[in-house]
Amino acid sequence: MQYLKPQSIEEAADILSRNAGKARILAGGTDLLVQLKSGMIEPEMIVDIKHLDGMHDITEEDGGYRVGAAVPGIKLGQHAGVKALWPGVVEACELIGSTQIQGRCTMVGNLCNGGPAADSVPAMVAADATVRIAGPNGARDCAVFDVPTGPGKISLEPGEFVTSVFLPARPARASDAYLRFIPRTEMDIAVASAGVSLELGEDGTITAARVTLGAVGPKVMLVENAARAIIGTTLDDDAAEALAAACRDAASPIDDKRGTVEFRTQVAGVLAKRAARIAMTRAGEK
Amino acid sequence: MKNIHVSTTVNGDELEFVCAPGETLLDSLRDRLGLKGAKEGCGTGDCGACTVEMNGEIVCSCLVLGAEAEGADLRTVEGMATGDKLHALQRIFIDEAALQCGICTPGILVAAQTLLERNPDPSESEIRYWLAGNLCRCTGYDKIVRAVQSAAAEMRGA
Ligand SMILES: Cc1cc2nc3c(=O)[nH]c(=O)nc-3n(C[C@H](O)[C@H](O)[C@H](O)COP(=O)(O)OP(=O)(O)OC[C@H]3O[C@@H](n4cnc5c(N)ncnc54)[C@H](O)[C@@H]3O)c2cc1C
Ligand code: FES
Ligand code: FES
Repeated sequence: MQYLKPQSIEEAADILSRNAGKARILAGGTDLLVQLKSGMIEPEMIVDIKHLDGMHDITEEDGGYRVGAAVPGIKLGQHAGVKALWPGVVEACELIGSTQIQGRCTMVGNLCNGGPAADSVPAMVAADATVRIAGPNGARDCAVFDVPTGPGKISLEPGEFVTSVFLPARPARASDAYLRFIPRTEMDIAVASAGVSLELGEDGTITAARVTLGAVGPKVMLVENAARAIIGTTLDDDAAEALAAACRDAASPIDDKRGTVEFRTQVAGVLAKRAARIAMTRAGEK
Repeated sequence: MKNIHVSTTVNGDELEFVCAPGETLLDSLRDRLGLKGAKEGCGTGDCGACTVEMNGEIVCSCLVLGAEAEGADLRTVEGMATGDKLHALQRIFIDEAALQCGICTPGILVAAQTLLERNPDPSESEIRYWLAGNLCRCTGYDKIVRAVQSAAAEMRGA
């Protein structure tokens, strides 16, 4: 195995495209090294991108924020601007692992690992975030939702890799929240999770919403019926229950040692309802 | 497999070592540099026995490649004492028996040091969350948390 440190994005894309299937990008390594050690993957090349220009930057762009692919969780959590605009995305990213893991883990690695229970992904999808992808044919943007395709699988073409995540601008009275269920308070994989992003009108009713679920299907879910159930309401009890019901309908989890189908389905609805209430309170306080 | 030459700073000393491409920083520290303070408990990022500070943040050195230490600023438990004088955390861990077998101790000391440099007066729950990635099989954690609180108080000059 080789450890490579390309000097530019173009060189990295070139290495990746000439060695499709044999080269792997290294971000924080908190998934990659575990998989390497267990023999789950056997790449011939590890391509470190953390030192490339812009990878560690968080920059304002069009009223939103562009977050470099190598920004670790702890740095995102220290950024007052991102925290104020997208608190749900930040709290999701901060849930990943321990303080030590936070020092390394990236949202992009979380996404590109393709795990159905990846914590930052439902929050990014609720935020309608996009990623910028570099590749042999230049750069392109792609919705975060379209990156994972199934457990451990992503839609990137050979030679492509993600260089940043873009969290868009939003109206003044808008916010988001992310919640997951785990059997303890730290260091565990989500049994079910939910992200909600919403915008409020002048009169305090919800004018736009995105509701997402994690860990209850092969990839993150965007539950449009759940969003529809709360748009035009003030999230009264009936609306909140309709949102939860839509989430229960959408969930198609597996049974495993961490949760049964029934439990995960039920909890997905409860988490979505609670996340919506938190997002609502946050938006109302602005 | 070509070995990699790495220049790095460990506890303020500029050091160089040669490592295999897939070698972890934990193995480089222990086997190339003879710094055996960081321990391997799990090798998968779960236990924190391998905790070191890298560029100001604590990390699991079992999940970092030795090659990634190029140009980095590392701190390990070996850098905590000043000559024969133990760091307050080290002394108080001994005085208050915040360790039994000691396997988890170097990682906990490094993590706690970073916490106290950032937050000189952490609450009990802040300490518990900060150290959630440092597992201890022996003490039941209470003595560790109290030792960190005592050290914090002493370091604040209280
Ligand atoms: C102890 C422990 C606890 C954890 N807890 C959680 C948790 O609570 N929630 C959670 O969701 N996850 C958790 N994880 C998993 C992991 O930490 C996260 O998925 C993390 O966000 C991965 O980011 P990374 O930067 O370390 O990725 P890496 O390990 O560097 O990369 C992950 C994958 O993505 C690919 N990749 C990375 N960057 C790019 C890029 N820019 N372009 C294309 N592909 C790329 C890599 O090739 C690799 O296949 C935990 C891991 C450990 C070890
Ligand atoms: S040995 Fe690194 S976390 Fe356990
Ligand atoms: S003292 Fe034995 S593991 Fe902590």
